[in-house]
Amino acid sequence: MDDIAQQLRQFITENFLFGAEAAFADDDSLVGAGIIDSTGVLELIAHLEGEYDIALDDTELVPENLDSISNLVRFIDAKRAAVAVS
Amino acid sequence: MGGVDHVCGIAGIVQLDGAPASLHALRQMVAALRHRGPDAAGVAADGAAGLGHARLSILDPVGGRQPMTTRDGLLTVTFNGEIFNYIELREDLKARGHHFRTRSDTEVVLHAYRQYGERCVEHFNGQWALGIWDRARRRLFLSRDRMGIRPLYYTQLRRGFLFASEVKALLAHPELSCKLDPQGFNQVLTFWCPLAPATVFRGIGELPPGHNLVLEDGRVTVSRYWQLDYSDEAESLGLDACAERLLELLSDAARLRLRSDVPVGAYLSGGLDSSITTALIRSQTPRLKTFSVTFDDAEFDESRYQQQLVDHLGTDHAAVCCDAAQIARVFPEVIRHAERPLLRSAPAPLYLLSHLVRSSGLKVVLTGEGADEVLGGYDLFKEDKVRRFCAAQPDSAARTALFARLYPYMPNLQSQSAEYLRRFFRVRPDELGHRFHSHLPRWELTLQLKRLLSPEWSAELDRYDAEADLAATLPRRYDAWRPFCRAQFLETALLMPGYILSSQGDRMAMAHGVEGRFPFLDHRVVEFAATIPPRWKMRGLCEKFILKRAAGHLVPKSIVDRPKQPYRAPDAASFFDTHRKAARAPYVDELLSPDCIRAGGVFRPEAVELLEGKARAGRIIGTRDNMALLAVLSTQLLLKQFRRGEAGTASRAVQETRIAIQVPLGSRDLHAIPETNP
Repeated sequence: MDDIAQQLRQFITENFLFGAEAAFADDDSLVGAGIIDSTGVLELIAHLEGEYDIALDDTELVPENLDSISNLVRFIDAKRAAVAVS
Repeated sequence: MGGVDHVCGIAGIVQLDGAPASLHALRQMVAALRHRGPDAAGVAADGAAGLGHARLSILDPVGGRQPMTTRDGLLTVTFNGEIFNYIELREDLKARGHHFRTRSDTEVVLHAYRQYGERCVEHFNGQWALGIWDRARRRLFLSRDRMGIRPLYYTQLRRGFLFASEVKALLAHPELSCKLDPQGFNQVLTFWCPLAPATVFRGIGELPPGHNLVLEDGRVTVSRYWQLDYSDEAESLGLDACAERLLELLSDAARLRLRSDVPVGAYLSGGLDSSITTALIRSQTPRLKTFSVTFDDAEFDESRYQQQLVDHLGTDHAAVCCDAAQIARVFPEVIRHAERPLLRSAPAPLYLLSHLVRSSGLKVVLTGEGADEVLGGYDLFKEDKVRRFCAAQPDSAARTALFARLYPYMPNLQSQSAEYLRRFFRVRPDELGHRFHSHLPRWELTLQLKRLLSPEWSAELDRYDAEADLAATLPRRYDAWRPFCRAQFLETALLMPGYILSSQGDRMAMAHGVEGRFPFLDHRVVEFAATIPPRWKMRGLCEKFILKRAAGHLVPKSIVDRPKQPYRAPDAASFFDTHRKAARAPYVDELLSPDCIRAGGVFRPEAVELLEGKARAGRIIGTRDNMALLAVLSTQLLLKQFRRGEAGTASRAVQETRIAIQVPLGSRDLHAIPETNP
């Protein structure tokens, strides 16, 4: 879990912050902190689908799943667990 | 006008230590403006003061010569622009006992100053940047038009004062060097442009629109003579009478702007505004030439609508088709002329367009510029309305869905959930009362570009607060205006002069010696429009409702009914061929290289590397990343061109000046003394 959080933090820092050291907590809203905008969400989704081998349904594209590191980690875990079960 | 040439640049020097103004330095300044007026240079000096003028050609050598001095030798003017009501003013001044030797508006400026003093500008309907040396009072008077159509910059040296149409003319003075100004640069990374009097050049000021400057006894006084005001509403007039009055004023504004001794053409964007201005002058212009930008990329192209209008009005039409490679090719020239970092490539096609106009033999074009500011047409105004509407009922998904409808051309919005839309568009009930509510999403997005800065520049810019700079310039009654009017004011007073009329306007047109004229920016139209109630400007989400009602019948119905398309050009995609994963021009690689970034000192090389990697791979899709790439590239170009002094190329220009006139300031004689090359 920490691994995924670390990877996501690195992706976000490089892709959206151009490597700038921005202090944002795992629970901070990525949109609210000005890190991700409407296209950023699409970039994030493409990254999740490519990197973590999960597919996102339209109904899943909501801030509760995607708008903070903690939410993302929880969401990825749940998706992977669902895949493992099925 | 009236024998005076349209296209020109001005410059001047006033020595404050009693020494004579250097004619050599003045000539170098004028020479740096030669693209504005490559055929002739005039300089005039009266001891401590020297005025200079560059113009394109001389139609009437006596009437058109500048700088121009009154018969008694007491007043001399250098003037760029047009006073469209000069015929009426001339009659009025004649009735007051003034005698005229020419039919030019330049002479009208001189006599109006003599009659009314500094308040003469309140009588002008036009677009101007001018300098008058008042010999008796030893006073320099500078003025710039109400809306900021013509540019004017100044700087104070240790022992002197300089002014000019463009920064490069000031930098041509041996005592000045180019340094990036942190306050102006900080404003660019918030508002998309500097806020006059700030510029991105340290020590150089821009005279704000609607302001005069007086230099007397070594003291500079800048004062406002005009201000946009939304305090009154024409409610009682009724909708139909209001529409009628708008059309009447607009027609007269267009009529006055046809006053010219050279043929006037028109830009056609395919949108409503330029369609209306073109339709207004069609009947008075037998063989009207029109010009358009088209794009090979359908995402940006509007040629279908342009053609509909050409067919409807029967104009003699020409278009320049832009593609990414062309934008990349001309971008360095675009920056050389714009003289500021740009976050968009949109000026580049307009640079190509003015070249087309010039090659077609025209020097003057009417455009629809200003309508979206004056009548509230931009998407930003709609967005603010929807954001307010949503904030009133934050849980309504139906309301939030309006955002996707607002931007049908942005595919990334279409599939987003209501909660995301609320966050993207900053739907926040607690911010409804914020005085900059309409512009917060744009500015906050732009601020993020600061993540690219080097630690030094990041720390430097932290000392400035762009919103506080702006707040200090707001009219006293700003906070009492309706939200729609406040948003309109910010667009009209900030972005219009700082970007639309300069980077997309004067600079791109003047790069090829073309002058733009804008009926929607006639101050009578602007002042009347400010009194139109917001609900008549935007009915529901129908923008410029009153204009459609007033003038919709002049253009094809398809133009009135079409969805509004903002003028855009490909940004990052213009500079990288994503198929080949390579830059389209060698300068792009060079300027973004770690060495060059380090040498510039402004950005972090690692950040630019990540950004460039994204661009090369075609992964730059959002507004912020597009702006980021443009910001880095344009700032690097600016530093390279201006620090090395490439922008002026002064000495060569002086020798190439074909006709040169030197009139001693205060001379009773207007005849020329031929200039000898230095």
